[in-house]
Amino acid sequence: MSIIQPGFSQNPADTAAILRPALGLALVMLAICGGIYSVTVTGISGALFPEQANGSLVSQNGKLVGSALVAQPFSAEHYFHGRPSSADNDPMATGGSNLAPSNPELRQRVAQTSAELTARYQIAATELPVDLLASSGSGVDPHISPAAAMLQLQRVAKARGMSPAQLEHLVQQHTELAQWGLFGQHRVNVLLLNLALDAQHPLS
Amino acid sequence: MEVILIFTLALLLAWPLGHYMTGVFSAGPHWSDKVFLPLENGIFKLLGVKPTQGMNWKSYGIAFLLSNLVLGIIAYLILLFQHVLPLNPNGIEGLSWDLALHTAVSFLTNTNQQHYSGQAQLTYLSQGFLIVTLQFVTPAMALAVCVAVLRGILGGRNADDAGEGEERDLGNYYQDTVRAVLRVMLPLAAVVAVALSSQGVPASYSASPTVPVLEQGQSLSEQTIPLGPVSAMVAIKQLGTNGGGWFGPNSSNPQENPTPVSNAIQTIALVLVPMAVVFMAGGMVRRRGLTLLSLSVMGFLSLLFIALAVYSEQQPNAAFTGLAQQAGNMEGKEVRLGTDVSALWATFTTQTSNGSVNAMHDSLNPVAGLITRSGMLIGGIWGGIGCGFVNFLVYVWLAVFIAGLMIGRTPEFFGRKLEKREISWLGVLLVLPSAVILTFTAITVAFPALTGNSNPGLHGIAQVFYEYTSAFANNGSGFEGLGDDSVWWNLTCVVVLILGRYLPLVIPLLIAGSLAKKRRVPTTAGTLPLFNPTFAVTLVTVILVVNFLSFLPSMVLGPIGEALELSQHTAVLATQ
Repeated sequence: MSIIQPGFSQNPADTAAILRPALGLALVMLAICGGIYSVTVTGISGALFPEQANGSLVSQNGKLVGSALVAQPFSAEHYFHGRPSSADNDPMATGGSNLAPSNPELRQRVAQTSAELTARYQIAATELPVDLLASSGSGVDPHISPAAAMLQLQRVAKARGMSPAQLEHLVQQHTELAQWGLFGQHRVNVLLLNLALDAQHPLS
Repeated sequence: MEVILIFTLALLLAWPLGHYMTGVFSAGPHWSDKVFLPLENGIFKLLGVKPTQGMNWKSYGIAFLLSNLVLGIIAYLILLFQHVLPLNPNGIEGLSWDLALHTAVSFLTNTNQQHYSGQAQLTYLSQGFLIVTLQFVTPAMALAVCVAVLRGILGGRNADDAGEGEERDLGNYYQDTVRAVLRVMLPLAAVVAVALSSQGVPASYSASPTVPVLEQGQSLSEQTIPLGPVSAMVAIKQLGTNGGGWFGPNSSNPQENPTPVSNAIQTIALVLVPMAVVFMAGGMVRRRGLTLLSLSVMGFLSLLFIALAVYSEQQPNAAFTGLAQQAGNMEGKEVRLGTDVSALWATFTTQTSNGSVNAMHDSLNPVAGLITRSGMLIGGIWGGIGCGFVNFLVYVWLAVFIAGLMIGRTPEFFGRKLEKREISWLGVLLVLPSAVILTFTAITVAFPALTGNSNPGLHGIAQVFYEYTSAFANNGSGFEGLGDDSVWWNLTCVVVLILGRYLPLVIPLLIAGSLAKKRRVPTTAGTLPLFNPTFAVTLVTVILVVNFLSFLPSMVLGPIGEALELSQHTAVLATQ
């Protein structure tokens, strides 16, 4: 078995012999990984899971109203509200606050949200679910915790003229449990819950 | 619970994969030849490479560096001219020259540090074609170097008929790289990509639809839902210890990581191949002891770090004291994931050189922030594909040397003596991280106009330190609050990236090549046994002490100082 000896030669033919595999490798890999792999995998995924592969879009009455995976801003009394967003819920500009626990700016922001929420719901600050004060990593977290939904129950029920028990039932229907019984936290998808509200108990 | 389940599943899957990889990279036929050999032979013909022709460490190293250079130039040109190239339905602009350079080098070095925001600044061609290719090829290249180093440990493929001092055959670089892509990375990535799409990760070449939001009259009246061949890229960025993501906030983005199951798949994919390399290494050198030693040392440190990080994030964020329930730190985290698996991910992603995130590291509690930095600095707990195990071997050599000194014997590894030449190069590797990271951090912190960070005080220093650490470790995660798309940041990071990638791979290759040529001394009662608990404890100590000595002062200025500051702050608030 021969072993290639190291070192560049001054002979141009040798330089070519060393460059050719390097350039060839780059081009072949661009074709296989960037081309064939990407197109094939994207094609198969799209064919097997058309809905999921195209952004999990949701429509109501035949009209697109958003994506089940992307939070929307809500502030009206008759809707459940999502988490604070550092990206103004814009899926093209996602991101978190990137504020460290030691940052006074974070303390200020949380204090302001806390004051608003305690005033709105008339409970002690230390009862507030953390996810309603903490901004998410993506800025478009579509979920809130069940506790955060329960906190808003009375307000939404009143605005919609529903009985709290009726609404609680709807919230429970929209509470996702651990996936496959193993993975993840209990959570409520805010957009889907609000869409269900509009469909079942439209504002008169 | 979920944390232990994911860790165990990853280990269980890595075992057979490592066994398969041993077969793929060993001499002699393997069952996978039937599937891949015809395609491979076609590629070798195109490249003008004779796969059976071996290379010594120098030829191997030159081939490695040269193929990187060529790939880097192509990548730079594509990024620079992406706006005039096809596959740009969203009309995205070209990148500035320094951002294009940083991005090209960052992906070339398997780092994937991002100074841009994916969905807004890169075209489908750049993301889905170029970057995906780099994400396959760069881990394969490092894996090839790792395989060559392992062959060197046994004296090369021609160990049986080469005499002392003769050139040793460490394998063929192109054969190893092509096999690593075709036989290992591609099949894994295809499975993971389709599985992720089933959970809701987009896989489409259509332009992104714009939809009005449900409740009108707010600051945002419509949303553009980003699409693209996302799942194909996410699969390989996880599997290839690449990191980054299609979207700026990576896998915290619900479109990139829609469900807890997709999170479990991505977490396993993150450590799968680095864990499999540990199983492969024992097979390649035909000593199960090496796998057991590596598994116990890496497993111990990994689990220790995970436990600390999980505990840290279950504690409340200090900024929330008295303003909300006493519960885990949810700032920068997603509700569907919660704190535990976010902490698990943060630990794994910094131990391996992956660097993608599923929670914002800037907003972690200080202890978890410390853990993430330690994982990157050590670089050999699982580590990046190929380079992680090579780093680990460097620690083993160091421990052999130190233990040899302590008991007064010539240090030897697999029957070959570590002498002045090898030890000098080990010394270089030992000093390199602190020299590079601390120098650049010091310069940047000295000129506040350069830093552009989002946090004041100690955390501001920590952000700068983190960015260079992440660049050197070829990790790519970041304290994202840094305004890092500036000429200064782009260029200095390019230098750090290159130093952190190529020296820690090429120097061990040199050492292995030099060891391989030596005469084998027979094992005697005086030989230091490597595969026993005593040596494992020595190794853990060496790993921790080396890193403590290098980085304790900067840790005190960063996360440790911050933690003390916060606990004082919290105490004050509690008394109010």
